[in-house]
Amino acid sequence: MVKISVDKARCKGCNICISICPKQVFVKSIKRGDYGANIPEAKNQDKCIECRMCERMCPDGAIDVEHVGEDVK
Amino acid sequence: MAEEERKIRRGRRRPGDQRIGRMEDGSMVLQGNEACAKGAIQAGCRFFAGYPITPSTEIIELLAEEMPRAGGAFIQMEDEIGSACSIIGARWGGARAMTATSGPGFSLMQEAIGFAASTETPVVFIDVQRGGPSTGQPTLSSQQDVYQARYGSHGDYEIIALSPSSVQEMYDFTIRAFELSEKYRTPVILLSDEEVGHMREKVELRDDVVTIDDSPKDYVKSPQTDFFKGAMSTVEGQLHDEKGRRIGHIPLKSGAFVENICKKISDHADDICQVKAYCMDDADIAIIAYGSVARPAMNAVKLARGIKDDRIFPKFRLFRDLFTKGLTTARNTDYSHLKVGLIKIDTVWPCPDKLIARHAKDVKTVIVPEMNMGKYVKEIQRILPDKQVISLPKVGGDIHSPTDILDKILEEVGMDE
Amino acid sequence: MNKLYEEYIKTESLPTLFCPGCGNGIVQVAAINAIDELGIKDDIACVSGIGCSAWIPCYLKLDVIHAMHGRAIPFAEGLKLARPEKKILIFSGDGDCLAIGGNHLIHGAARNIDLTVVNVNNNIYGMTGGQKSPTTPYGAVTKTSPFGAADEPMKGAETAMALGATYVARWTTAHPVQLAKAIKEGIEHKGFSFIEVLSQCPVQAGKNVMGTKEPAEMIRRYREMTCVCKDGEEPPEGKVKIGLFRRDETKVEYTERIRASYEEAGIAAGKGGQDG
Repeated sequence: MVKISVDKARCKGCNICISICPKQVFVKSIKRGDYGANIPEAKNQDKCIECRMCERMCPDGAIDVEHVGEDVK
Repeated sequence: MAEEERKIRRGRRRPGDQRIGRMEDGSMVLQGNEACAKGAIQAGCRFFAGYPITPSTEIIELLAEEMPRAGGAFIQMEDEIGSACSIIGARWGGARAMTATSGPGFSLMQEAIGFAASTETPVVFIDVQRGGPSTGQPTLSSQQDVYQARYGSHGDYEIIALSPSSVQEMYDFTIRAFELSEKYRTPVILLSDEEVGHMREKVELRDDVVTIDDSPKDYVKSPQTDFFKGAMSTVEGQLHDEKGRRIGHIPLKSGAFVENICKKISDHADDICQVKAYCMDDADIAIIAYGSVARPAMNAVKLARGIKDDRIFPKFRLFRDLFTKGLTTARNTDYSHLKVGLIKIDTVWPCPDKLIARHAKDVKTVIVPEMNMGKYVKEIQRILPDKQVISLPKVGGDIHSPTDILDKILEEVGMDE
Repeated sequence: MNKLYEEYIKTESLPTLFCPGCGNGIVQVAAINAIDELGIKDDIACVSGIGCSAWIPCYLKLDVIHAMHGRAIPFAEGLKLARPEKKILIFSGDGDCLAIGGNHLIHGAARNIDLTVVNVNNNIYGMTGGQKSPTTPYGAVTKTSPFGAADEPMKGAETAMALGATYVARWTTAHPVQLAKAIKEGIEHKGFSFIEVLSQCPVQAGKNVMGTKEPAEMIRRYREMTCVCKDGEEPPEGKVKIGLFRRDETKVEYTERIRASYEEAGIAAGKGGQDG
């Protein structure tokens, strides 16, 4: 299980994570970040394979992928 | 490889032993540029970057040999810009650093001088002045860079510049340049010239360890901790706060920062500024000179006052007077009643306003001989608005002769012709 | 916020001045990953020049010189010679490194001094508002080339190869794992390392150079237009060669060569630092 969070104080709404995720975990949302941009939402967290590309590709370090609980893979 | 073979392969080496060449009293006959290099080593300079340029090349040549022997690092950079930048980098690495250049190279270094002033990095720049503008006169002397030293880089900042007039001063002032740079965390310029740089004189060398206080100062508003000490120092060329964060977009903070880097020098002018006054107690006429021109100015004072000095004799003047006035008159002309004194400026920047005003308060006339078209005379006119300030410029590469200056004095007192 | 990011970033200096979707952030994260994997946080300093990419190290909790335009390499050379045992990471843009700082790149690479240059190439002068840079493609319309850029673009990695850099690689922001590995290897490598990163500038280069302003689309194009080539291989027509181009561990590094020459002359190895 993972817990993916998008920091609304850091996200600038570039949407790179939406396109880069191989499992389409992120979707566009109507939520606004602190900079005024629409920030993505990690909706399909159950699909996450923990490749952590979103962490590496987020230019503002806003995404955190945290492994929680027992390994269920 | 055999020792002899290695010596041949490497060519003739300068002796690394500092005692070689020293006289019994510990003094040494040195060229100005050599004295500068030795002074730097004595002051604890352990990084030198340079690019060869006449007439400062002897400094880089000597330090290429001496710096490694002193345990420091030496690099010949690809240009003067690189030299000026790498000494700033080295200083943040913890090594006291300097570079040496002349004319065109000094122009290239200006941006780095501004960077060092803004980031409050203590580094020393040696400018052995040559005739300009442009490539100018590589082998002849001038004092044309005196304003460039002060105003060369863009933006508002204050600078410290020292001007030596003898080889001994070249040695002493180099050490003082390092002391001042660390004390005020600012770049310091040693404004020498070709005459002093290539002159050979006896120098009293220091054997004591020069202790320089490089502790953090409260009048410095930039990061002050050297790198790799866990302080996360950010050396920021944009206007910045104590932690190195940019404040260039905040007018109020930026203004305070610029005021501070200027004021930390101007407020301490009394501590920084030094002038030497000779025969000024009863003087009516003062010669104000700096750098190598202070030497003929001193001799002019001796001639005017009839102070006996075997080394100087107004040969040319006597020769000329022989034709214009006849032998008897020429011999009997006595100038010794002329009350002439000399104010020799050691610290050209910041301008020693108070000291000059104090020493020159009773004089009527001030003569400012300079090896340029008349630059520093404007500062003197500003300081002494109610005196008659006369510029005595000389360009072309020749230094003033004592009689040049004496002629001007005689002209002023109405004794000429 | 990402935990690793939080550990290395001065959070009080945020937000970064990078535009949304800027590649600089990806390079920054890659550098953080590389430094973290090496565990040399206390033994590394960063130097950068002027430009968008020069701001990358300014947010890191490290010793940083944000130097003059084009002069990152000489600043770093002075720092390296004063502290030869430490590692220096340089961030330099295409204009900073190849145009105004070209001379220093030539000599730094020729000396093989132990520096790691991360050349962030976005094909444009971004900070000043989108003018032609040395790597802007031929014919691209920018603010200073309204009739199409007339210059043939410079190739940073190939230039560094020709100059004698001993570790040369080119990656893009679409390859963050490889990029982090290259930066890590570059720091480890004893000698001059040059890592070119093709990085998207959605705001300034997007419209004219890449034809799209969408960062995600630009990253997708970087993946399409590049081809990973091993040493000696050439990419298919129309594709940009990326990968590790050279890793030469045989050439002796500059500070070591200096030390050897001093030792040969009977001088104890000196260094500038106060504690040395």
